[in-house]
Amino acid sequence: MFDHILSILIFFPAVAAVFGFMIHKDSMRTYGVAVAAIEFALSLMLWYAFDSSVSGMQLMESLPLVPSFGINYTLGVDGISLFIIILSAFFTLLGIGALTDTPNVKYMIITLLFLQMTMAGVFAALDAIVFYVFWELSLVPMLYIIGAWGGPLRIYASIKFFLYTFAGSLVMLVGMLFMAYFYYQATGHWSFALLDWYRLILPENIQLWLFAAFFLGFAIKVPMFPFHTWLPYAHGQAPTIGSVILAAILLKMGTYAFVRFSLPLFPDASAFFMIPIAILAIIMVIYTAMVAYAQKDIKQVVAYSSISHMGIIILGTFALNVEGISGSIFLMLGHGVVAGALFMLVGVIYDRRHTKLMSEFGGLAHVMPRYATIFGIMMMASVGLPLTINFVGEFLSLLGFYQQSHILTLLAGTGIIVGAIYMLAAYKKAFFGDVTNEKNKNLPDINKKELFGLIPLVVVAIWLGVYPKPVLEPINNSVEAVVQLMHNKAQTTLAKERIPDLSKPKVMVMKKTEIEEEVH
Amino acid sequence: MLSPINVSIESLNLMTLAPMLIPVIGALLILVVDIAKVNLHKSLYVVLSLLFLAMDFGAVIASSGLFMSDGTLTGGFDIMLIDGLAILAELIIVGASMLFIPLAMTHKRFHEFSYPEFFALFLFMIAGFQFMVSTDNLIMIFVGLETSSLALYTLIAMHNREKSFEAALKYFTMGALAAGFFSFGAMIFYALTGSVEINKIALVLAANGYADMGFVLVGIAFFLAAFGFKLSLIPFHTWAPDVYEGASAAMAGYMSIVPKIAGFVVAMRFFEFLVHSNVVWLQMMLYAVVVVTMTASNMWALVQTDVKRMLAYSSISHAGFVMAAILIGTTQANSALFLYWILFSFTNLGSFSMLWMSRQKHLAEHQSSDHSYDKFAGMIKTAPVAALIMGLFMLSLAGVPPFALFWGKLYMISSAVTSGYTVLALIMALNSAIAGYYYLKLIVYMFMKEPVIENGGEIYVTNATLALKTIIGIAAVGTIFAFIVINPLLDFITAFVYNSGY
Repeated sequence: MFDHILSILIFFPAVAAVFGFMIHKDSMRTYGVAVAAIEFALSLMLWYAFDSSVSGMQLMESLPLVPSFGINYTLGVDGISLFIIILSAFFTLLGIGALTDTPNVKYMIITLLFLQMTMAGVFAALDAIVFYVFWELSLVPMLYIIGAWGGPLRIYASIKFFLYTFAGSLVMLVGMLFMAYFYYQATGHWSFALLDWYRLILPENIQLWLFAAFFLGFAIKVPMFPFHTWLPYAHGQAPTIGSVILAAILLKMGTYAFVRFSLPLFPDASAFFMIPIAILAIIMVIYTAMVAYAQKDIKQVVAYSSISHMGIIILGTFALNVEGISGSIFLMLGHGVVAGALFMLVGVIYDRRHTKLMSEFGGLAHVMPRYATIFGIMMMASVGLPLTINFVGEFLSLLGFYQQSHILTLLAGTGIIVGAIYMLAAYKKAFFGDVTNEKNKNLPDINKKELFGLIPLVVVAIWLGVYPKPVLEPINNSVEAVVQLMHNKAQTTLAKERIPDLSKPKVMVMKKTEIEEEVH
Repeated sequence: MLSPINVSIESLNLMTLAPMLIPVIGALLILVVDIAKVNLHKSLYVVLSLLFLAMDFGAVIASSGLFMSDGTLTGGFDIMLIDGLAILAELIIVGASMLFIPLAMTHKRFHEFSYPEFFALFLFMIAGFQFMVSTDNLIMIFVGLETSSLALYTLIAMHNREKSFEAALKYFTMGALAAGFFSFGAMIFYALTGSVEINKIALVLAANGYADMGFVLVGIAFFLAAFGFKLSLIPFHTWAPDVYEGASAAMAGYMSIVPKIAGFVVAMRFFEFLVHSNVVWLQMMLYAVVVVTMTASNMWALVQTDVKRMLAYSSISHAGFVMAAILIGTTQANSALFLYWILFSFTNLGSFSMLWMSRQKHLAEHQSSDHSYDKFAGMIKTAPVAALIMGLFMLSLAGVPPFALFWGKLYMISSAVTSGYTVLALIMALNSAIAGYYYLKLIVYMFMKEPVIENGGEIYVTNATLALKTIIGIAAVGTIFAFIVINPLLDFITAFVYNSGY
């Protein structure tokens, strides 16, 4: 019965969205919550059907689309993509449930359901063109959400968001076409299937160029320094729900694509570019943390802190070993939960005061104790307090990269400390002290609808911080397979050195080098 | 004393002429009907034209069956050449015409459709295009070109507005210049090789190893200029935006598709052997023309304030994009050209029809032109379905997957990648990104701005009739569900192009 669960998961929200046009706008919210709840239940069924002891692709489906050109509608999940799919369904549910009074709520919910389709599609696609289709299609609903419900600069922000990503992905498309052409040259028939591409070993110089083409598409999406300039605008102008989905899921597409495409397809190039990318990631961590400290607008603080954490994810991914990559994938989930929750929390106060400037607040802990508590928990999770979800991911990511370079990891560690400083400072400014502003004296505390969105996130943030095993284990299994594949495919000595061989026990390798040192 | 000429009827192979003769007979019939009884309603002529076009389409399909079994056909003193290219082009020409002609059934009364001559000229024009694509004789190409162009000038002028006269006259002058260039080019090649048939020209030139390179290049330059005018390639594009603006929106959409595919097929026949004979100058000229046409027209489109002019520049840009196929010259590229153009005709005809549907008789005060951007502001609030369909066409034109044009772009860029034109592939991709901006601009106006004045949405459907809605529906369905038919379409096109030796 689980044969087509991935297709159902992708197309159910889209079909529901089309039917949504028929529903009266007063009943639309209930309909949206119901559809999103079914979608979330489906994603949990996917987890149930998933065999976490298997490392490869599962629940695969395939349907020829343009067979003469090697394009097939191929889907599948492994431990890497499974939890991001669940997370996206989770956030669609919470987002629609906690949606505050929005003009045109009907169109908003339809757009969100379409967005859910594209998100599930990106993470389940195993064919480069199908991946690309959903990847590009996800821009359209987000463009509409920012452009139609955003702040005063919404049109500028939405166009910047669209064009930036669109331009990057087109270069990536050329890279994909080259990849398919090399596959054609090697085997005599066209294929865009990812699993076919995995078997292809390319010469190093070609890998470097293709890596660059894919990198441009992914790095803009993440967004990595120096391509990050669209994100503060998008977050600044987007409505709360837009920021939540953008930070929690859409940005993860970029980091996920690094793990899915760049690493296994181009192991030599990944090893070659490891240090430059790590330096970019560290600039991203430290620079955006400092920028965040200078912000007056609390949403911008969260936005820049979100970029800063994405830096750690990139660092973990390019550690090229099991700890680093598993950690970065776990951090993607953690960051999704935490950043999504923080944006929701900012939305709560924005709805009450229609301002996001921290100078307007102060002493909110006296007026809104429950709000301050949840904000406090999430802020602690964001700075990576042990026993919260982000700690696991950040620790593993840094541990992974520590094996590649001590100094760079230390630098990234300072970034995390700066992160703690600005988050705590922001929290202090907004929540502690006396209530100075008259307008803040009678703010109502958090209401039921908002609690519906936030409580599950708090639970997840603490649960996975205390006991990450059920999620971490399937991730680890799949990552081991990826790393082993990368090691087997690697040709240069640099890559062989940097990517560990898992088929041999690690201790043996250590001893061998020691003996060699003694001999020389 | 001349000996009597003996020609057997079989060798003339009159069947090859059948598809072109059907619209000619139809046109004559329409004229006869007009003589017999005046003041008939336009719907009669629309249906008559549609009938003859359907028969024409059937005849082309019949000859495609013959091509599949017997290969390339020749006939009419070896002037007619029915190969895969001819059949594909004729299918596009007749198919797009069948989508165009119901657009005459507008709600508001427009001047040109009350004349039966409009429909007669229209059918003559189609016959002209068909002659143009199904021959490799330069004289026959010229005859077809002129027949169709002269008819087209008149059709534009019949719209009966000041700007239409300007457009027709401009088009006529430029077209005459292009015809002059064409005949000069043909003259040079005739002088060099003693033949007006493209395949014989190719053979003679190859036999003497391109000894008279200078003259060949002069001839090529003339031809490139002539095709440049027809295909609106930069720097010969200057007529296009004005003519599109002057012509009715439906006619502009038609002009962006049908005359161009005829031009592309002729250009493909003519440049194919030259590109493969390593005439370096030609490759450089073509490369420059392709890149400049794509990029510069995109830049101009960015700054337009009128949607129709924007679409005019956008179709110039698409023409440049497709011209890259002729530069690349592989079977994959030539197939990509046809695939792209079939998908493009659905999307582009659809978006021009949307403009046509919203054509007002009198301009509102805040509007500076027929289809200014602010006319479409806030369209989602007043006419949501129309806004969604228009947005769909814009996304497809921008190349957002999975809509129609994405697959054309995909295959076209892939053909550049496969034949080693890496830089060209990147330029094509980045141009699509630039183009994204101006298509997005219309989407921004429709979905994210407030209406300029309260209009209740009627102005977007001023002309809507069942016929128009059907055509737009067909175009929209073709745009959304293109991904289902890509595979059979691609197989069909590739087989035809490959078996014609291109």
